[in-house]
Amino acid sequence: MLESLIQGILLGGYYAVLAAGLSLMFGVVRFINLAHGDMAVLGAMGALWLVQTMGFGVPAAIALTLPAMAALGWLMQRLIFERALAGGFLIPILTTIGLAAALQNGMFAVFGSDTKSLGAHIGALSWSSWQLPGNIFIGKLPVYMFVTAIVVLGVLHLLLTRTPFGRAVRATSTDAEAAALCGVDARRVHRWAAAIAVALAGLAGIFLALRAQVTPFSGPMMLIFAFEAVVIGGIGSLRGTLIGGIALGVAQTFGGMISPQFSILAGHCLFLGVLAFRLMRVAANDRGGWRSAIVAVFLHRDRLRRKA
Amino acid sequence: MSALKISDMVGRHGLLQAVKGLSLDIPEGETLAVIGANGAGKTTMMRMIAGLHPVAEGEIALAGTPITQMPAHARLKAGIAMSPEGRRLFEDMSVRENLMIAAENGRRGDWTLASVCDAFGQITPLLDRAAGGLSGGQRQAVAIGRALVANPSVLLLDEVSLGLSPAAVEGLYQSLEGLKGHLTMIVVEQDLTRAMAFADRIICLAEGIIELDGKPQDLTRQQITDAYFGIHKTPEGGHA
Repeated sequence: MLESLIQGILLGGYYAVLAAGLSLMFGVVRFINLAHGDMAVLGAMGALWLVQTMGFGVPAAIALTLPAMAALGWLMQRLIFERALAGGFLIPILTTIGLAAALQNGMFAVFGSDTKSLGAHIGALSWSSWQLPGNIFIGKLPVYMFVTAIVVLGVLHLLLTRTPFGRAVRATSTDAEAAALCGVDARRVHRWAAAIAVALAGLAGIFLALRAQVTPFSGPMMLIFAFEAVVIGGIGSLRGTLIGGIALGVAQTFGGMISPQFSILAGHCLFLGVLAFRLMRVAANDRGGWRSAIVAVFLHRDRLRRKA
Repeated sequence: MSALKISDMVGRHGLLQAVKGLSLDIPEGETLAVIGANGAGKTTMMRMIAGLHPVAEGEIALAGTPITQMPAHARLKAGIAMSPEGRRLFEDMSVRENLMIAAENGRRGDWTLASVCDAFGQITPLLDRAAGGLSGGQRQAVAIGRALVANPSVLLLDEVSLGLSPAAVEGLYQSLEGLKGHLTMIVVEQDLTRAMAFADRIICLAEGIIELDGKPQDLTRQQITDAYFGIHKTPEGGHA
């Protein structure tokens, strides 16, 4: 039980990094990037290409892939997303659906459909573990990934809360017009936010390739996990994203204890439960709070009984 | 020298022409009050000067430099700052952060966070409070402070007294008195008495055109009222 809990928490680090990019794009650019999962896979494929074809070590491949992904995010915002956003609500969604399809098929054409993993290139790290008291084994790779996730999200949190760039990002996400009156170029902020978001997606993709296997078509499932972590943790808060990622990871790990098939489903159930609770809370607030809402439901029930 | 020159400026909301060929020359250091009924085009005019609303036709020049095509964020760096209608503070951020963001992206000059706090005394104890929790008067003071800390040469103040208590309005105008002559101000004000007492010059907009332009001491209350409601006098003295 304790081992599963720890494994779930460690898995949450990966989900948090995956979700942080999606949350940042939506929070700042007001843009739901449905190609986020496919960009994560592109990051993984890029790192795999550097390692397997170009002969780079995994750390060097990560160091090269992340800036390349950031540059890609900046360019996509500049060349595609900005124009799509000018087209109203539907165009950005259709654009990212098209982008997702293009990325999947492009990666299929270039890298083939075989499953791929970076696990074979990190030696003993992929299976070695620490033994804790109580015969609990904790994998070293998940711990390193979780620590990396905490550091990355921590640095991002400091960037957003303590720097002029972070203030500009937060101001733009609150009110882009008022931010412009304060001298903030919203388009520039959006480009950098997209760069960070796509770099985070790339890092999450590399995490996945390190701990499991990827195919060109792994993106949609990654997108669903990212959405679930964002919804569970709440949009617009990195701490919430981390908590959402951990909750999703723990739910999947505990679900896997019941049955291997129930692992993913447990995460979906938690997501739906949290979503239902949030919707009920909104409805309750509209009726003057939980107590008033419950009283109203009971009154209504009595009225129905009387009518019957 | 002209601080701001507007020539034949036209602004549209879809098919509606809200500002119709407006021309205005505002000398350096002048305080101009803009009055007019709802829908007269006051806020559209201010938003066009600030770069928030596109100029369909015409030109705007700041100290002789054309800025018509300049985006809003660049106009702040050029020297135009605005306290918008509704204050538009960043509610989740502290007052200090609201001021810092304009200071970081604006021009360098005499106005700093400290000097803004000196000019608007009520801001100092609020610096670490979230902007979302402030009263209307406090929000307006922070919004004006946020515009000032960018060291503008032209300060636009839209609906300064709207929704504020008389005491809060009095306090704000006392602070604004200290700015007169040091920078060019354009103030949209619904309170006619306040506008006449504060401004060096008044223009009255009606349906997107300037109906009246003059110094407060040269204008009668009847002239302003007629212009406010767009009532045109006939040569015989009656109303058209």
